[in-house]
Amino acid sequence: MGERNVYVYIFLMWFATYLLRVVPLTLIRKPLKNRFIRSFLYYTPYVTLATMTFPAIVEATRTPWSGGLALAFGIVAAWFGWNLFQVAATCCAVVFLSELFLV
Amino acid sequence: MSGEYSLKHSVNRAAFFDGVKVGVPIALGYFVVAFALGVQAKAAGLTAFQCGLASLFCLASAGEYVGFTAIMEHASYLTIILATIVANARYFLMGCALSQRTSPNLPLGYRATVALGLTDELFGVSILRPGFFNPWFAYGIIAIAAPAWSAGSALGVVGGTALSPQWSSALSVALFGMFIAVIVPPGRKNKVVASLVALSFLCSYLAARAPILSEWSAGSRVVVLTLVLASIAAIAFPIADDVDDPAQKDDSPQKKEQENGRA
Repeated sequence: MGERNVYVYIFLMWFATYLLRVVPLTLIRKPLKNRFIRSFLYYTPYVTLATMTFPAIVEATRTPWSGGLALAFGIVAAWFGWNLFQVAATCCAVVFLSELFLV
Repeated sequence: MSGEYSLKHSVNRAAFFDGVKVGVPIALGYFVVAFALGVQAKAAGLTAFQCGLASLFCLASAGEYVGFTAIMEHASYLTIILATIVANARYFLMGCALSQRTSPNLPLGYRATVALGLTDELFGVSILRPGFFNPWFAYGIIAIAAPAWSAGSALGVVGGTALSPQWSSALSVALFGMFIAVIVPPGRKNKVVASLVALSFLCSYLAARAPILSEWSAGSRVVVLTLVLASIAAIAFPIADDVDDPAQKDDSPQKKEQENGRA
């Protein structure tokens, strides 16, 4: 197999990624009328972000328990209206402190 | 028409610096995650410069990971294109959702440049902001987060083990914390959304353990679960015709703070 160029690889990675991002943003220029599609897109962020968060959060930490605690505390903090930064910091602090005992 | 999007407008300047502010925790989280990515890039034989370059342009964690793995295996050019598309397919869904929160008048150039930096995190913090999506908010985030992502991954190539395990473990959940802060508050007012988030957690966990599905990449599972669960929710609980701005119905302190910050 011949030597392939790393920069060509990088360009293709960028190109494929950009295509996925730019096509819907530039081609869909009007509010969609179809009720199903509108509802689908309304619910999309919740499902996407939730599935990206769990179980990934318990796999990212040194023990699943610290990640699980971070998830629980994060949900409570967000429920009571803490902002983005506060919730993120809470999750980090919970992992750091709980791992002092758990690891 | 495009004049209203010029940086000369104070609204756009405010949106930009708002984006920078929101971008700080994103950049911190990126830096740590990118560090781990750099370790993978090093295994694939990339130099710190090549890795930093790839990260600056691609701005994708799972997508880059898959790409670096393909480079390591000397895969064909077609393979790396297909692998990257599969790993990043969720960006297509995010682009569709974001298009519905974008003014029909937003010129092409703004759309094309926002798309350069459409990441999970940018999507997460932009999608439920009140009103039309402002490209300058995205530019503010990208301006601080993209260099952090690129530098973090380049440093990962140079010294992947420099960060102690305690700190890297703690900082690795920062991005998930931000996602939680986005999806949980609307659930206080909307029981369907709250149930959908809980159901998504459950299905995502089961899919990660299920035969066949567990062998897929996490990115592919996100796409399939989104298609299935959001479709079910859309059929069972279609939104009313006048509901197109969930964030404006949310009166949590965080949203109020954001609105005040924008005023």
